Amino acid sequence: MVDIKNVFKMYNQKKVVDDVSISIEKGTITSFIGPNGAGKSTLISMISRLIAKDDGEITIDGQDIMKTKNNELAKKISILKQSNSINLKLTIRELVAFGRFPYSQGKLRNEDWVKVDEAIRYMELGEIQDKYLDELSGGQRQRAHIAMVLAQDTEYILLDEPLNNLDMRHSVQIMKTLRKLVDELGKTILLVIHDINFASCYSDHIVALKDGKIIKQGRTCDVIDQCVLKDIYDMDIEIQNIDDRKICVYF
Amino acid sequence: MKIRYLVLILITFSFASVFIGVSNVSPLDLFHLTEDQAQILLVSRLPRLVSILIAGMSMSICGLIMQQLSRNKFVSPTTAGTLDSARLGILVSMMMFTAASPFQKMLVSFAFALIGTFIFMKILDKIKFKDAIFIPLVGLMFGNIISSISTFFAYRNDLIQNMSSWMQGDFSMIMSGNYELLYVSIPILALAFFYANKFTIAGMGEDFSKNLGLNYRQVVNLGLIIVALVTASVVLTVGVIPFLGLIIPNIVTIYRGDHLKKSIIHTALLGAVFVLFCDIIGRLIIYPYEVPISLTVGVIGSGIFIYLLLRRKKYGL
Amino acid sequence: MGYKKKTIILAIIAILLAMLYIFYDLRGNIGYILPRRIIKVVAIVLTGGAIAFSTTIFMTITNNRILTPSVLGLDSLYLLVQTFIIFIFGANSLVMMSSNINYLVSIGIMVLFSLLLYRFLFRGEKNNIYFLLLIGMILGTFFGSFTDFMQVLIDPNEFMVAQDRMFASVNNVNTDLVYISIIIIVAALIYFMRFYKYLDVMALGKEHAVNLGVPYDYIVKRLLVIVAILISVSTALIGPITFLGLLVVNVSYELMKTYRHFYVIWGSVFISIIALVGGQFVVEKIFTFDTTISVIINFIGGVYFIYLLLKENKSW
Repeated sequence: MVDIKNVFKMYNQKKVVDDVSISIEKGTITSFIGPNGAGKSTLISMISRLIAKDDGEITIDGQDIMKTKNNELAKKISILKQSNSINLKLTIRELVAFGRFPYSQGKLRNEDWVKVDEAIRYMELGEIQDKYLDELSGGQRQRAHIAMVLAQDTEYILLDEPLNNLDMRHSVQIMKTLRKLVDELGKTILLVIHDINFASCYSDHIVALKDGKIIKQGRTCDVIDQCVLKDIYDMDIEIQNIDDRKICVYF
Repeated sequence: MKIRYLVLILITFSFASVFIGVSNVSPLDLFHLTEDQAQILLVSRLPRLVSILIAGMSMSICGLIMQQLSRNKFVSPTTAGTLDSARLGILVSMMMFTAASPFQKMLVSFAFALIGTFIFMKILDKIKFKDAIFIPLVGLMFGNIISSISTFFAYRNDLIQNMSSWMQGDFSMIMSGNYELLYVSIPILALAFFYANKFTIAGMGEDFSKNLGLNYRQVVNLGLIIVALVTASVVLTVGVIPFLGLIIPNIVTIYRGDHLKKSIIHTALLGAVFVLFCDIIGRLIIYPYEVPISLTVGVIGSGIFIYLLLRRKKYGL
Repeated sequence: MGYKKKTIILAIIAILLAMLYIFYDLRGNIGYILPRRIIKVVAIVLTGGAIAFSTTIFMTITNNRILTPSVLGLDSLYLLVQTFIIFIFGANSLVMMSSNINYLVSIGIMVLFSLLLYRFLFRGEKNNIYFLLLIGMILGTFFGSFTDFMQVLIDPNEFMVAQDRMFASVNNVNTDLVYISIIIIVAALIYFMRFYKYLDVMALGKEHAVNLGVPYDYIVKRLLVIVAILISVSTALIGPITFLGLLVVNVSYELMKTYRHFYVIWGSVFISIIALVGGQFVVEKIFTFDTTISVIINFIGGVYFIYLLLKENKSW
């Protein structure tokens, strides 16, 4: 369980995250939605201690993240940010192997390689696992990075706009994989996402942010609601039920 | 700050500048000058004032143009290898043609400054990571490399100490007869003034300029030629004055905004005022000796630059 | 050819070159010449190794292949210190003054300066490393202005002494200093070993490294101190060679074609030794001391750097 209590973050006198409190249950997908500049990425970066919070408390399974050892935390929670500009001469397999660093400190044992192989298989990268990163398409590279996070084998996985630069087919493929991770392996996933229809179709909970504040949080069916969306995005969004899924029509 | 205040300060400083020096010439003497005093005024003091004004204005405007063209606040002749290239040019002209006239030296130096700046602009194109701080870092490295090439040749020809001496900007050697080359800058600055708008547009990028029907390459090349020519003439007559093109335009931007047409006069005036100020300090601080201008500007300028960097978020640079 | 094989070949070339330098044309007073040459080679190995090593680490920390520790302004500071001593006390003092004292004072000032610089810039949260470097570089220019100013005022005869200090040279290396340097460098390396395992991960960038449990800021600060110490020692031992690190580490990356620090570091250390011993050989036998090794290396390194910048590349 991730517990966030009264968290603040300021940049140049502007409150980017303003008194946010959420609890996230285990074994769910929680999507963070909201307009640009709402503080979604900042919040998710703070949960994963990439940036420090100004005030408040974040605990994971009861442990304060600032007081937990870096290495221990890296076995519990992993994050993938949207900018993945690695410019090393690395193959997919080598990249994924880096995910085992918290366990192996660089010297991979057999069980580490088993995890690496599993992650590669899970993301269907087996055939291209020896290709270099700079030879890959955007979608393949994104999948390679997710495979690295999988190899890290953490209970909690944080993803910052994982669908960026992906076409529809790959987007759906990745969201299905994430769903599978939660349903089959019991992972807990937090993701920042722009497309509210993806959020609506694949997540269990949605947290809606605007100007650093939480506007609404709850089960997906409660948040995907005409009034709520109007509050978030300042536009009228019609919602239709198609095959039991709520689809937002905002064009 | 209004233009008229700047002008007022400029006149006051100019006046002070003329009457500071080892030989005593006071304002009261102005109407009954002895022959010696007239001589000092005409041969040394006035040329010095004129060269300070021209150098201050033109180096500041060079910086302004470069910042517009590269769209980076921290690009200037100091941080783009232009000064170092000009210096290499002078060294080469000294080695190849021992009896070169100042004008020939300037041409060679101009050619080097132009090529150097051009290479830097090419490097800018190639760099994908366009962090505002990273670009000047690359530029300074580039400048260091150009000087290491200069050092290579200077060392072989025993010119190191010589080179140090004309590397540093110094107005104390300015006398009528050896500074006139600086006048080259004046028509060029006028040209810069006419092209001000176009530089601003070109700074928006190639596609943007084409969209507005501007010949992008031509304008950029013209800008670089202006910068190289002015830098070469200043380095040859006065020496290197670091940071000038960097800090003056940035200070002006803070209170005038980014549009070149609006800020170019302020930049020129403030540049002249700043150099005058530094020169007067340099002359007074260890009177009757002098601290060269490159040192005073270097000390004050690097201080201001670091301050600007530290506060850059606040000023939106 | 794999990178392991390449590393071994580089090591062999480095050793052969060192042998060639030591034993080539060995005539006259062997009892005097041989130890002199060996000391020179040891000094070269120390300096070349320290520079190559610290530059590799530095590039990993900055996540960039076109930056070297010389942008911290230490070279300029060293020149300022040397010029200042000559300016105040005269050239004789430099000869008279025990070179050990000069050496220790120079190292002390350089390390102190970098510590102050780090401390000043790493307080607060927004510690952009490029910012640190730019400030270092500006301070370097600032020191340079002072140095130039004093150099012009120095008597031309005394200037020759100052000029000797401006360019790295192994011709007058002091044996005592070589021993002190060995001690300092070994100590720094022992301290470094605990951070070694993090280097590969840190090359992925800060976010990945933090995600994988690396205490990033803590390690970066320690590594920067190690870099400052190594650079100071090598500069004080034989003088500044600004672009050596840039040259050898990039050549090593190009040659090794791997991200593994183990091979890149060893590769660059050997390349560095090859360049310095080979360069020194060329300077002595071909140029007959007409130029200095640092001038040549800076020249080649600089040209290579411009080539790198102009070549399309993703590494910066």
